Amino acid sequence: MRTLSYAQAIHEAHAQLLDRDPRVFVIGQGLWNPWYAGTTLKDLDKAFGCDRILDSPVSENATTGAAIGAAIAGMRPILFHPRMDFMLLAIDPIVNQAANWSYLFSAQVSVPLVIRSVINRGGEQGAQHSQALHAMLAHIPGLKVVMPSTAYDAKGLLIAAMEDNNPVIYIDDRWLYETTSDVPEDCYAIPIGKGIVRREGRDITIASISYMAEEAMKAGLSLEKQGIDVEVIDLRSAKPLDIDIILKSVKKTGRLVVADGGWKMFGFAAEVAASVSERAFHDLKGPILRVCLPDIPAPTSRALEERYYPRASDIEKTVKKSLNIVSVA
Amino acid sequence: MSTETNNVKPALLQSMYQTMLRIRLIEERVADLVEAGEILTPCHLTIGQEAIAAGVCANLKPTDSIWGGHRSHGHYLAKGGDIKKMLAELFGKAGGCSKGRGGSMHLVAPEVGLFGTVPLVAATIPLAVGAAMASKLRNEVAVSVSFFGDGATEEGHFHESLNLAALYRLPVIFVCENNFYASHMHISERRAKDNIFKAGATHGIPAEQIDGNDVLLVYDTARRAIEHARSGGGPTLLECRTYRWRGHVGPAWDLDVGLKRNDDLKGWMKRDPIEMARTELIKLGVSSEQLGGIDPEVREEVDAALAFARASQYPLPEELLKNLFVGEGEAQ
Repeated sequence: MRTLSYAQAIHEAHAQLLDRDPRVFVIGQGLWNPWYAGTTLKDLDKAFGCDRILDSPVSENATTGAAIGAAIAGMRPILFHPRMDFMLLAIDPIVNQAANWSYLFSAQVSVPLVIRSVINRGGEQGAQHSQALHAMLAHIPGLKVVMPSTAYDAKGLLIAAMEDNNPVIYIDDRWLYETTSDVPEDCYAIPIGKGIVRREGRDITIASISYMAEEAMKAGLSLEKQGIDVEVIDLRSAKPLDIDIILKSVKKTGRLVVADGGWKMFGFAAEVAASVSERAFHDLKGPILRVCLPDIPAPTSRALEERYYPRASDIEKTVKKSLNIVSVA
Repeated sequence: MSTETNNVKPALLQSMYQTMLRIRLIEERVADLVEAGEILTPCHLTIGQEAIAAGVCANLKPTDSIWGGHRSHGHYLAKGGDIKKMLAELFGKAGGCSKGRGGSMHLVAPEVGLFGTVPLVAATIPLAVGAAMASKLRNEVAVSVSFFGDGATEEGHFHESLNLAALYRLPVIFVCENNFYASHMHISERRAKDNIFKAGATHGIPAEQIDGNDVLLVYDTARRAIEHARSGGGPTLLECRTYRWRGHVGPAWDLDVGLKRNDDLKGWMKRDPIEMARTELIKLGVSSEQLGGIDPEVREEVDAALAFARASQYPLPEELLKNLFVGEGEAQ
């Protein structure tokens, strides 16, 4: 098995999808320039032509609407929003159109569209280059939202998103681009809406997603050395939410920490916590705790960023709080 | 009317006349049904504007797509959508074109190339551009037509879409039905300039401002635009000037715009697109007996559609959670 980086895995998925299906095309900003997409789309324009790799005008709204129209008319577009914040300019076509059309027209019209969006946290980029808006999108009926945390998932979930006949939001995180894992060469899909147990443990469950799954694994390793046996679940998809995998784990551990890179208030972690407490209240030995962003926009200064973004150490502290272990610090 | 320049065949004009009449008669019936409380869904009537849908769609094939908005009964019918399914949809019935999920503002007839109409103003303009993009990527000759009102030209969707279509030379026709009102607001209250068609020049798109009540002129102008698009020439913007006889929504004549509009309306009603076409047909030698035969035929069709809509069942409650996604079961 080869090892690829997360960015290389995204690139390979694109290349294979473009190669196998002439209906596939990519549209969005920054497709011909590594400044926006890193190496994830490198030279695809040269390999597949600028007709199928369309670096678009600065028109999030129209390009999104056009991708939806093309999907309805039988194409399989991948729409690219290199900054999730800028995708907000396209919220009408995403929320009112892509998400609605199947239900609205009783499945007589489908929108087989992948909307890829990148979270660019850190780097002193601040409030309008760093947002993680997956909870907002997952709130909308008719959208699926996937968030890979490994190179293997980055490839498999992009292919799954393409194979789905419905709009799927695929969110990758720049912080994960250099992480590596084994990635098969074939064109494989990972089921949307299914989480995975990344680490088995008895004492407490950490339900996580995207880069916080990576942080949760680091926390698990550190806690193991301190005699705490952590189970780490990577949900992989924000929606559909694989609540069963968490319920099963909580039945065993009785404790749950939810780690998410979005805001705490009305967020993804809140949905997980509510869903678990509704169905497994009597399995819980204590309150469900959340590790999320504080309820403020992203700051720029590295001194503030350091404090703003939760890391493995924050997960570790929260696990100890849940277990009533007082940190000696 | 502009027959001299068209050499249009009486049969074609007669067919467009019949399309307009179908739209008029069904909408008048819908107005009555709304007043009677039998139709509850908000209906935005296109009475007075029929020539645009009829004239443009007479040029289209089933493989060409059209896209519409909240005032799209006419587009649906002109493109060949099933009149029975439309009326059943307005009744909220399972036999409706959207099976009771759409009502008047969300119509669909994919079998004839109407992929959807939705009321979010300007929303389908970029979708029409996308359908044209699909056509171009597949090297097809199919065109797409986007129907929208004058209010939609104030949305960013419109300007972004014009640029995108021009840049990629896409086979899309932007048809603005300028009826001078966005809801209750006259165009003079919303735009510094009454010059919608000039947006074309800004983006390098051929554009024309025409009388939208002259069905032959609409037909002929659209024909040229569509031929241009099919031959790889790219998009065209048509501003068709017309007038909405009824209020923004519902059957009332002057509910939301008041008396000043009444004076304008009287003038526009003298230029009824259906009467204009009828006069022209008689001039072309079609006998009034022949024309007289069309009315009862259309009325019969409307009656049959109404009977179908009334007889159709309401969707079953267990349908509620279905079809959130294509090809899947119930919502989570």
